[in-house]
Amino acid sequence: MSMTVTPAAPRAGFLARRRRSYRLFIAPALVVIGAVIVFPWLFTLWMSVFDWKIGSAAHFVGLENYETLLVNRRFIEAVVHTFYFTALAVVVPLLLGTAAAMIFHREFPFRGVLRGVFIMPMMATPVAVALVWTMMFHPQQGVLNYLLSLVGLPPSLWVYSPTLVIPSLVMVEVWHWTPLVMLIVLGGLAALPTEPYESARLDGATEWQLFRFITLPLVAPFLVVAAVIRTIDALKTFDTIYVITGGGPGTASETINLYLYLQAFAFYNIGTASAVVVVFFVIVLALALLLLHVREKTKWS
Amino acid sequence: MADRDDHNESGPQRRRLLQAGLGAAALGVIPGAGQLAASAQAAFDWKRFKGEKIEVFLNKSPRGDLLTRFHKEFEDMTGIGVGSEMIPEQQQRQKAVIEFNSGNTSFDVIALSYHVQKRMFGKNKWMEDVRPLMADKSITDPNLDFADFSKGGMAWATQPDGRIDSLPFNIDPWVIYYNKELFDAKGVAYPKSFAEIIDAAAKLNDPAKGISGFVARGLKNANVPAWTSFLLGCGGGFVDATNGRLMTDNAAAVESAKIYQTLLSKYGPQGVAGYNWNEAQSLFLQGKAAMWLDGIGFAQPLEDPAKSRIVGKVGYGVMPPGPKAQVSAMFGDGEGISSFSKKKGPSWLYLQWASNKANQFRMLQAAAGAPVRNSAYIAAQTSTDIKAPRQWIECMLTSARIAQPGLPIIVPVTEFRDIFGIALTNMINGADAATELRKATAEFQPILDKSEKA
Repeated sequence: MSMTVTPAAPRAGFLARRRRSYRLFIAPALVVIGAVIVFPWLFTLWMSVFDWKIGSAAHFVGLENYETLLVNRRFIEAVVHTFYFTALAVVVPLLLGTAAAMIFHREFPFRGVLRGVFIMPMMATPVAVALVWTMMFHPQQGVLNYLLSLVGLPPSLWVYSPTLVIPSLVMVEVWHWTPLVMLIVLGGLAALPTEPYESARLDGATEWQLFRFITLPLVAPFLVVAAVIRTIDALKTFDTIYVITGGGPGTASETINLYLYLQAFAFYNIGTASAVVVVFFVIVLALALLLLHVREKTKWS
Repeated sequence: MADRDDHNESGPQRRRLLQAGLGAAALGVIPGAGQLAASAQAAFDWKRFKGEKIEVFLNKSPRGDLLTRFHKEFEDMTGIGVGSEMIPEQQQRQKAVIEFNSGNTSFDVIALSYHVQKRMFGKNKWMEDVRPLMADKSITDPNLDFADFSKGGMAWATQPDGRIDSLPFNIDPWVIYYNKELFDAKGVAYPKSFAEIIDAAAKLNDPAKGISGFVARGLKNANVPAWTSFLLGCGGGFVDATNGRLMTDNAAAVESAKIYQTLLSKYGPQGVAGYNWNEAQSLFLQGKAAMWLDGIGFAQPLEDPAKSRIVGKVGYGVMPPGPKAQVSAMFGDGEGISSFSKKKGPSWLYLQWASNKANQFRMLQAAAGAPVRNSAYIAAQTSTDIKAPRQWIECMLTSARIAQPGLPIIVPVTEFRDIFGIALTNMINGADAATELRKATAEFQPILDKSEKA
């Protein structure tokens, strides 16, 4: 005991010194994180308990902003629209992206070129994409209705109809982001071992069985990653919706982000807008936790 | 490069204009016209702020383009440098509010839209009262001719407490553009009442040929003035001045909303609920709509053969009388000096220049908007150098006389437009007009009350 205590004392001092000197190196990162993440966050929380419109004085109102939000029909509709949009904009690209990855995983002529072509939408700027789709959706002059007329279908109102607007917007998202899912899944497929397939084939498994019982479980972790990325993207979608419909017709495609933008930058209601941000943050956090949980589960299986 | 091109372009035009102005002055038609040419020699010292520099904050519009094109003229005349920033309307408004609110502005002069910003700017006293400047003979050009500004324009520029914190620049009365060819083909005359508008729309509507009887903005927010054009004619209004209550769900409001609803949902194009002015314009340009209700500033594209299929066939109609009154709903723009500016003298010179007779006439000439100076119209009647059709100028003159603000003069205008815009869009999609207006009024009343209390 005594043998170890004597040398330990200076050693402990040395460690403490070392720890101190390391702490200093963290400081810049801490300052940056504090300034650009923690402070704005706390400031948003602080603003959300004030009734504050730019151009007039701020009054402390406690949780009133939150209370009014929770009974605000328009806000609740915006939450519903957000979930509806997100669900479609995650699931459809996942299905199509996986299918595309399966196709592009096979050997066929010009595969490289076609893969390149397939991922081209991803490289386009969202606002430009949105503007082009706006023209295509136009009920009189748009190319989509022209295409429908070619196959003898009646014209559709697309984004000009309150019921079709969200599915139509999802079409844009699907076109734009399916390639991303395809890329991720393709990466997963490339890493798969070939042995299970060979032995399954020997046992007489069909193509569907191969996919269902071997491929799918093995690429599941990749699908979850794709789902996480897509969910984050879909939740925060703003540019596409803002440019194409501005939340309309009426409020039929108004998502939380659009509502937030209106409150903050059109109505200048800083207090309400901050409360919306906080609620939105809670929703994102809850979804992220849910997806992480799913991810853990897929790892275990 | 772009700058140089602009100047090359502006050179001959300016000379032509000065000639026109001088010609008119020689005939004694416009008192004080040709002021630009004359003022340099007059007693008034335009050069007193020589060497200073001011920042001007404009929004992207034909008016903003016009002023920017002639800034060199102001610089030559005064020796004051002009730095100008011109960005799209919505961003310009946001930036202005944020800068004013911070208590320090990067600009000295700002262009504002009265129908959106007047009350907010006025309540916060963000712009300098120009009356003391106007009274100071040493910095006010004797040729300013304040009486020349139209009553409608001055009503826009004057705040409820009497302060005049800007000079008006243009007004934008709403009119009905109509396709004469379509009207003639069916032997329909230009309507003389609201009921006749509906009749005409019904007769001219021909979905089989893809022709709509009537088109106007259906997109939320943008659509509100299209409704108020009817609201004012039905004898309705926005806010009861005696008690601050909204009048937007009374009988006149419902009657006018039903007219709007009928015209757009029955005789409008498919998907009109998503139409802003540009969609409506492109439909009308292609000869696919018989009537189009919007602001007067669209003559230029309609008469441009490169864009329009109906050049020479466009009729410019004054808003017909409603059951109670004949009113043209109107927007307006002006320019004011930031209260935080340290260069109020040079800025005041800029304001006088921007709203002078020559620039006002140029605006008419370029069909960039409706001037607020009466002299511009008088000059237009004798000028041979105006491309815009005569009927357009006459329509503008008549409309300006019956014009009233097309939006309430309140701080939360954007919320008003948003909430009532949604109600109108819902009506186009089949909702009941009275119910929607009641809902919107109930939703907006507390917002209005709060803004007036603050």
